[in-house]
Amino acid sequence: MEFSYLWWIPLLPFAGFLINGLVGRKFPRTVVAAIALLFTAVPFGLVLKLASTMFASGGPEQISLAGAPWISVSGFTVNFAFNVDHLTLLMLLIVTGVGFLIHLYATGYMAHEEGYWRFFAYLNLFMFFMLVLVLAANFLLLFVGWEGVGLASYLLIGFYFKKDSAANAGKKAFIVNRIGDFGFLLAMFLIIAQFHTLNFTEVFAQIAAHPEWQGGMMTAIALLLVLGATGKSAQIPLYVWLPDAMEGPTPVSALIHAATMVTAGIYMVARSHVLFAHSPTALSVVAVIGALTAIFAASIGLVQNDIKRVLAYSTVSQLGYMFLACGVAAYTGAIFHLMTHAFFKALLFLAAGSVIHAIGGEQDMRAMGGLRKKIPVTFWTMTVGVIAIAGAPPLAGFFSKDEILYQTFASGHVVLWAIGLVTAGMTSFYMFRLWFKTFFGEFQEPAHDTHHGDDHSHAHGVHESPAIMTIPLAILAVLSIVGGWVGIPKAFGGSMEIEHFLSPVFGEPAAVAATASHPSEFGLAAVSVLVAAIGFIFAYVFYYKKPGTLGALAEKNRGLYNVLANKFYIDEIYNGLIVVPTLMFTRLFLAGFIDKGVVDGTGATLGLTAKGGGYLARKIQSGNIRSYAGWLALGAAVLLIAMTFGLKAFGATH
Amino acid sequence: MILLDLILILVTGGIASWIAARRSAMVARWITLASLLVNLILGIGIWIAHLGRSQSNPARWFVQCNFNWIPQFGIRIHLAIDGLSLALLLLTYFLGIMAVLSSWREIRERVGFFHFNLLWVLAGITGVFLAMDVFLFYLFWELMLVPMYFLIGIWGHERRIYAATKFFLFTQLSGLLMLIAIIALAILHHQSTGIFTFDYEQLLKTALSPRAARLLMIGFLAAFLVKLPAFPFHTWLPDAHTEAPTAGSVILAGLLLKTGAYGLIRFVLPLFPGPSRELAPILMSIGVAGILYGAVLAVGQTDLKRLVAYTSVSHMGFVLLGVFAGNEIALEGAVVQMISHGISTGALFILAGLLQERMHTREIAAMGGLWETMPALSGAGMVFAMASLGLPGLGDFVGEFLVLLGAYRANVPLTVVASLGLLAATLYGLRVAQNAFQGSNPHHWKLPDMLPREWMVLGLMMVGLLWIGLYPQPILNTVRPSLAAAQQSAFTQEIVRR
Repeated sequence: MEFSYLWWIPLLPFAGFLINGLVGRKFPRTVVAAIALLFTAVPFGLVLKLASTMFASGGPEQISLAGAPWISVSGFTVNFAFNVDHLTLLMLLIVTGVGFLIHLYATGYMAHEEGYWRFFAYLNLFMFFMLVLVLAANFLLLFVGWEGVGLASYLLIGFYFKKDSAANAGKKAFIVNRIGDFGFLLAMFLIIAQFHTLNFTEVFAQIAAHPEWQGGMMTAIALLLVLGATGKSAQIPLYVWLPDAMEGPTPVSALIHAATMVTAGIYMVARSHVLFAHSPTALSVVAVIGALTAIFAASIGLVQNDIKRVLAYSTVSQLGYMFLACGVAAYTGAIFHLMTHAFFKALLFLAAGSVIHAIGGEQDMRAMGGLRKKIPVTFWTMTVGVIAIAGAPPLAGFFSKDEILYQTFASGHVVLWAIGLVTAGMTSFYMFRLWFKTFFGEFQEPAHDTHHGDDHSHAHGVHESPAIMTIPLAILAVLSIVGGWVGIPKAFGGSMEIEHFLSPVFGEPAAVAATASHPSEFGLAAVSVLVAAIGFIFAYVFYYKKPGTLGALAEKNRGLYNVLANKFYIDEIYNGLIVVPTLMFTRLFLAGFIDKGVVDGTGATLGLTAKGGGYLARKIQSGNIRSYAGWLALGAAVLLIAMTFGLKAFGATH
Repeated sequence: MILLDLILILVTGGIASWIAARRSAMVARWITLASLLVNLILGIGIWIAHLGRSQSNPARWFVQCNFNWIPQFGIRIHLAIDGLSLALLLLTYFLGIMAVLSSWREIRERVGFFHFNLLWVLAGITGVFLAMDVFLFYLFWELMLVPMYFLIGIWGHERRIYAATKFFLFTQLSGLLMLIAIIALAILHHQSTGIFTFDYEQLLKTALSPRAARLLMIGFLAAFLVKLPAFPFHTWLPDAHTEAPTAGSVILAGLLLKTGAYGLIRFVLPLFPGPSRELAPILMSIGVAGILYGAVLAVGQTDLKRLVAYTSVSHMGFVLLGVFAGNEIALEGAVVQMISHGISTGALFILAGLLQERMHTREIAAMGGLWETMPALSGAGMVFAMASLGLPGLGDFVGEFLVLLGAYRANVPLTVVASLGLLAATLYGLRVAQNAFQGSNPHHWKLPDMLPREWMVLGLMMVGLLWIGLYPQPILNTVRPSLAAAQQSAFTQEIVRR
């Protein structure tokens, strides 16, 4: 098999997990790091090799790799099978490429942590499941990766498991994700009932062949998949786990909770675009969820003080953009933004990590300030990231976000477009707020208080991070600048290569694009740049020019501020409406009343357990064999009686 | 004769180790281990031989042995093995070995009698899985009971007597109902054909009126549902599992519960096809109720073994759902679930035993932060907790997925509710993982990590779960013909035999 090396792409990280997980404890740190890096670098190399084959003119557009059957029962078979098309290839490049950079960064970032081996074992395990997820050729194998990344995420969020907050955050993430997975599982049952297979190619071929299948079953399947996607990709109503997930080490936030795992939901929806095309209802739901999540999370992000939490809400918000794009069937835009977001958000998280690293574990932005000169590399790379996400041309975020806004507008969803536009302004504001608060203003000597955040209690003065951390930052900064140039729209004189590249998957650009004129696209882009600029100006005024004015403003609008600062009280609402009543029901009613009282009570009375127990107890305690013999005799007697009685009773009835 | 040998080896092995223990407890352990190993090898031998000739010889029974015992009543010693029996026997000997190894140090008193009981329970289980004479089946069914009673009652924990008695009474009473049904069935067969027999294949052809069939089925159901256990007959289980010594819990959860499920598949479905179909919705609902009830109660437990015990109620609910869903997929899923649950739950009980041996408590609240002091054991605990909550790639997922997939065809609402069980499973799975192993170490435990012997036991069980999770096909292929035969009469043929 020409492409059988594809199997090694996920298997190598798994091997790394096994080695580090089983015997890594006994290795020195350098060996652990070397193993983890090697088993991620080689898959990246293999993906590059694959890319060179597929990019070559006349190269295959799709590669199928069927392995052994996994489960084969009557009328239904699932294989271990991989499928690589251009969408998968792009995801593979992101996962292995960004993944490798983050592994590299982590070797420096985690250098002083306990459980170094455990961290890298988990990280490699994550890579394994994520690669299975994107390579899978059927829903069930995708589900393996899907649940597996959830497990890895749980383990890594709870990496500092001695901290209760971290362990709880991990648990919350796992449970909320499993709620989504419940939808995914039911969707699979529906798909099997309808199509008798879970293979992507066969399912989508059947759907494509029946244009008359609209709504109904298609909507049901699509909406259940959406439930799964809202869990994994942190959308309303299941986004609540992602901000808490920031309890994990920062490289984990960058890799799992920004660049890769959380985009799995978008990947899955894009992968199933044929299905969604048959359900306008489901598409609208996706679009509305996306737009609402985008603005909702951004508004919470406006007032957060923890640097990682700002980025977390920003991630939720940006994922909302991708959802919105999927919802208006602009899949290319969604995947494009997924890619650029992977670059600049990974960069932002890693840079934030570098800041945290530099000042000894502090994550509260109120304790930061004036770090510009102290950690110049971090400052400059983070600046690139901030400008990229704020949407300033010609950086990556501008092109991808603009593509989404333009497609939303062009498809006639003016309200959703307006929401997206406002969100863009907010994004620019809270990112520059973060930038000003961290790097400008007065320098504050870091307090040696590490009660929250990563356990970086080795502060000996503010210092720039070592090269092994700054090199990944620099590479990601470059990607955050140029990453968007593969999608320069025609209105700007570009050629939108990514659209062409993904066209074998999503089909040629829709008719909407043809009808819309270049000037309108240009005008919309100008509007969004303007909005971003306004966001910047507000941040500039409030956090650089006249710090303090905003405090007064917040004082005046205490109510609104509190609602935002407390994240709309969603956690409290969920807790009060769902968690507490469920626990009460379980503990008091089921465990206390039904099981102890009714079921057990009846059973005990029925069996006269207490009485018989005392008698038997003495017999057995004595260890007397005669009592055993007596039991046998008794048993035999019962048997005889039963036989005679039974003979009569049933002989008579017939 | 090889089938009879399987039983005789265990019976004589049990007596031998009882006698040997007077001189050396170690010898008794080794005798027990050796008898089980011989049986495991014999079982694998039968499997290999069958695989070799399965194409050429489509006969359902791989090996039989059949001779007269009590001719007046037509009772014969008729043993036969097919794919279903074989799969469960292999599980029996595998878990038996694990049980012996895991109580290597735990049991220090009356070592000989302990191993005698252990082997005799397993002999009874072997008989149950092999007996093709219904009367013989009942004898083995009872034979399992007494040694198990002693295992719990003598070597158990604080409330062992209460638990043992409760276990005994529940299973004994329900067993008697089955006995009545067995005898009545034989009599009805005698009346219609003039032949007095307890032979399984003969009785399958008995003509029954719908009313008689329903009554008799209830007799069988009583025994099997209590043993399974199905909600609300599960109440003996948490007590028995919690109080039993580790080996007892492993055998209870891993094997004894499976005899109930086996009975449903082997006897209830083919003997009473009509009523099975009629009662299927009710029985499936009971299964679903058990799935949720067990899972939800597991979340609330504070005793680690009790928690695992309730998860068994939940997992066996999937088996009940699968058996009566009325299609091949669900039934095959139920069998995979039986085997996989045997391993994963057995492993969790062994784990609880290891913890109790070291900490002298089973209270989850007294644990916490164990990862710090026992990383290997905690890692193993994480794997088995994940298996228990149905992580894809490990055995339980395959079983539950197939059961739900099959059940979906039979009843959509029930399947949706049952799927919620997987969500509840997350809660208890994480409860074990987090409250026992993660968090800070408030009690400052300093405990020895796993020994090589314990590593071997849990490692083998992990491999078993991975095997079922990733390559369940050998099991599915082995059991498929038996299941098809069991189900054929119950669900595909619409003719009700009169």
